[in-house]
Amino acid sequence: MTEAIIRAQQVEKFYAQPSENRIQVIAPTDLSILPGEIVALLGPSGSGKSTLLRMLSGLSKPSGGQVYWHEKPIESTQIHVSIVFQSFALFPWLTVLENVEAPLKAQGVEPEARKTRSLKILDTVGLDGFEAAYPKELSGGMRQRVGFARALVVEPEVLFMDEPFSALDVLTAENLRSELLELWQKKTIPTRAIFIVTHNIEEAVLLADRIIVLGRNPGHVRTDFKVGLPQPRDKKSAAFTKLVDYIYTVLTRPDVTPAVPRLHTDGRHIRDQRQMRYEMLPHARPGGIAGLLEFIIDLNGRTDVYRLADELAFELDDLLPIVDAAQLLGFLTVEEGDVSITPAGREYAESEILKQKELFRAAATEHVLLLRQITRALDNKTDHTVPEEFFLDMLDEQFSEEETQRQLETAINWGRYAELFDFDAARRRFILPEREETAATIQESVEE
Amino acid sequence: MKVRYTLSRSLVIERSWPFFLDLTVAMGLLAGFYAVLQIARYWLSGAVPEVVISQSPRMLPLYAFYSVVRIGVAYLLSLLFAVGYGYIAAYNRRVEALMIATLDILQSIPVLSFLPGVMLAMMSLIPSRQLGIEFGAILLIFTGQVWNMAFSFYSSLKSIPRELREACTINHFSRWQRLWQLELPYATIGLVWNSMVSVAGGWFFLMVCEMFPVGDRNFRLPGLGSYLQTAASTGNSPAMIYGLITMVAIIVMTDQLIWRPVIDWSDKFKFENVEAADRMKSPVLAALRQSNFLGIIHQRTIAPLSEHLYQSIARRHRDREEAPPKSNKTGATLVTVVIAVFAAGLICFAAFKAILLLRQVPRSDFGELLLGAVVTFFRVNISLLLAAAWTIPVGVAIGFNPKLSRIAQPLAQIAASFPATALFPVILLALMKLGAGLGIGSIVLMMLGTQWYILFNVIAGAMAIPSDLREVARLFHFTSIQRWTTVILPGVFPFLITGLVTASGGAWNASIIAEYFHLKDQTLHTLGLGAQISAASDSGNFPVLLLATIIMALMVVTINRLVWRPLYKLAETKYRLEG
Repeated sequence: MTEAIIRAQQVEKFYAQPSENRIQVIAPTDLSILPGEIVALLGPSGSGKSTLLRMLSGLSKPSGGQVYWHEKPIESTQIHVSIVFQSFALFPWLTVLENVEAPLKAQGVEPEARKTRSLKILDTVGLDGFEAAYPKELSGGMRQRVGFARALVVEPEVLFMDEPFSALDVLTAENLRSELLELWQKKTIPTRAIFIVTHNIEEAVLLADRIIVLGRNPGHVRTDFKVGLPQPRDKKSAAFTKLVDYIYTVLTRPDVTPAVPRLHTDGRHIRDQRQMRYEMLPHARPGGIAGLLEFIIDLNGRTDVYRLADELAFELDDLLPIVDAAQLLGFLTVEEGDVSITPAGREYAESEILKQKELFRAAATEHVLLLRQITRALDNKTDHTVPEEFFLDMLDEQFSEEETQRQLETAINWGRYAELFDFDAARRRFILPEREETAATIQESVEE
Repeated sequence: MKVRYTLSRSLVIERSWPFFLDLTVAMGLLAGFYAVLQIARYWLSGAVPEVVISQSPRMLPLYAFYSVVRIGVAYLLSLLFAVGYGYIAAYNRRVEALMIATLDILQSIPVLSFLPGVMLAMMSLIPSRQLGIEFGAILLIFTGQVWNMAFSFYSSLKSIPRELREACTINHFSRWQRLWQLELPYATIGLVWNSMVSVAGGWFFLMVCEMFPVGDRNFRLPGLGSYLQTAASTGNSPAMIYGLITMVAIIVMTDQLIWRPVIDWSDKFKFENVEAADRMKSPVLAALRQSNFLGIIHQRTIAPLSEHLYQSIARRHRDREEAPPKSNKTGATLVTVVIAVFAAGLICFAAFKAILLLRQVPRSDFGELLLGAVVTFFRVNISLLLAAAWTIPVGVAIGFNPKLSRIAQPLAQIAASFPATALFPVILLALMKLGAGLGIGSIVLMMLGTQWYILFNVIAGAMAIPSDLREVARLFHFTSIQRWTTVILPGVFPFLITGLVTASGGAWNASIIAEYFHLKDQTLHTLGLGAQISAASDSGNFPVLLLATIIMALMVVTINRLVWRPLYKLAETKYRLEG
């Protein structure tokens, strides 16, 4: 077996909370990057893809475990990596040439050599003649070419890419992707391994020699397999579709082997999120859920997730939260990558708007603890108002600060739609709407 | 060979009158050299604390020059300090909160209270040279303009996008390279706008602190401020007019020769990814950019120097990688702890001494000061209300009319940078002729100094209201009350608050000058905290001065916390126009 360029041993990431708990972002994970391969890291949002990339590239220190560079601890050796960023991360005040020269300047390369090397790499990525332009004068695709040039000019042994194509339009992304593949296959660049984080499954199957799929809460490796398809790959081929389908199946199937909570040596208790009081609310809008259900009904109530994503032209991060939310509310069931609508889901999708709200309210109160708690708290208070902080405090026992905010945002969104409560954004507090005035209650009384 | 290449290249590209421009730049450099010599000779001359101010207009250029140098030196000091302070605060977790709290409080302390103390200290520090007194004045202007710049730099550093930082880390940028290629460029725009406000504030104070009494001594520095005050107290109207014209000329020239080129230049540091449609253009900057001379100077001096620096940093970095030195960490931390304990002890001692000083203030004075604080509080707020009452309608009218705003906005900008203190004597003379006392006069004076901030911001706010919102109002035939309450006022609200915060701070500070004024050998004053501070500093009554200053700082901090900060938050959330 060849020696790994980068090897991570039991690396994990967590954030200590003021209380006894801590938020586990990534569970202890083993992973290595071997020479000659393109590794793609896939996963739903919140699975810590970017965090893992930052630990492997030495940008951020793991909370536990160790990353090795050619079998030496990464923090005590000189490493040769660079990163292509999602936002390009170019300096807008430097010209294209100056942007590319900057890393060489940091290495103390002489001005003449710096210029020659930079111009050569700009030529390689197809930016000949643009060296005096400023990034703001370029299109998104051109900017990311500068990003590639800046990353490649230092001749990194491992090239990291953090969702490099997701800020680009489909055609531009396609174009850049195939050019990158060409550079790699023709060995125009001395890079020995590429590690790419993406949420686009097709992109992963198109590019990678190996695919790692992460699950979340906390982030952990679900599956890690080699892609045996020869390059160039045909998106229409049966093998390709089968592989994409397989990844969707892995992503939508609940974990079979939940991580066992255990006591750490420092006595802090790691909480597994599945055992916690609050389930993680998927960040989907009620309107999106109804739309998805209607779409599935049109496909005879049953379809596979890949086809769904393909027909809707949705990326993973757009689709999964909606599927999860519909599943959480009991409108959908997912099995082996196939989704099928439940009777409740069918009724919800086919009702008119006021009835829909009512069904949503019933489902949400039944399945979502947080919404139930908010309503109960509001009912119990004489003035029918509860400040936001009250729930923030409860949630941040369990979620990171950012996630707590998003959880509450989603809860507010759902609660408002279901007319369970209203939220006063100026004073940051929940209020109970005047019951008799809402449209849904009028409807209810009519039905009675 | 290298230089040859650049030389030949610059000659090949055709440029219109490069020689003329080069000559201009060369003349400028020569003039600068002469100016440095002149100022050095004056500064190192023997101390003359009570210079006789000539009222001849022929002396004006020299006086103006001295004032400009004071402002310039104070500004450069502020810039250096702001960058240093902001940098340390942003990168040292342990001191960050403390440093920012300090900044917040220092911002609220009225600068003029320090005038006598600083002057006396500087004079005894450098007793035999003019430099001592000069430095006292410069230090005062410095304390008036540094805080907002430091805060701006700090918050820019804090808001640098994460991926840009990571791009620096992954490429092993040294701190030096990171400072020049990421941090300073990113902070430039904020620093430029704050510099404009700071320099305007600098002029405001300079007009006063060039001439003031402490106890029985009467300090005078040759400068534009002392010229104007002398002219006013002798009732020499032609001299006053000459002085004001000079002041206007300086402000306009600063605007044209410094701020406009700098704003135009700083446009490249904008972090948006799209090219803005209309941006400020400066012919001066265009000329400078075309000049061969500056290009060559840069090529020959700065470029090789910085190249050398980068390479030596990279070499040192490589050496360190190869042989990691054993860090003497325990020793270093021990030293830090000792220094920290020593500093804390010193601070405690000084604070204790100050409290002892406060105990000398009789109880009756204390009551008087509180009463003064209340009166000044009302005066400040009345001046704000009056200023808002005329600036909001006028500002909105200007902002909605593109043709008008193209003319009015630069004028408002100049008016805002014109030091109101220069006009104080003139206005006071006029008011006294009308028979009004300083009670009303001081409100007018406060307004004079602060209304421009509000006007300026309201214009910007009105221009930022999207035209489709205004069209909706027209489409549905909103009544004019409805138009104001649903479209215009909410639209300009965030800008209005920004303007009012700045104006409120300025008005408190101005109260020290506005409520107590020397004119024609007599002292005009009215009841108020500002007057009490001025009177205490005149008579050298340091315990009362200290107490009054503390009260004023407390008032400003409390008002900021209780009124402005919540309003600011509201403006940031509810009344934000985008998303």
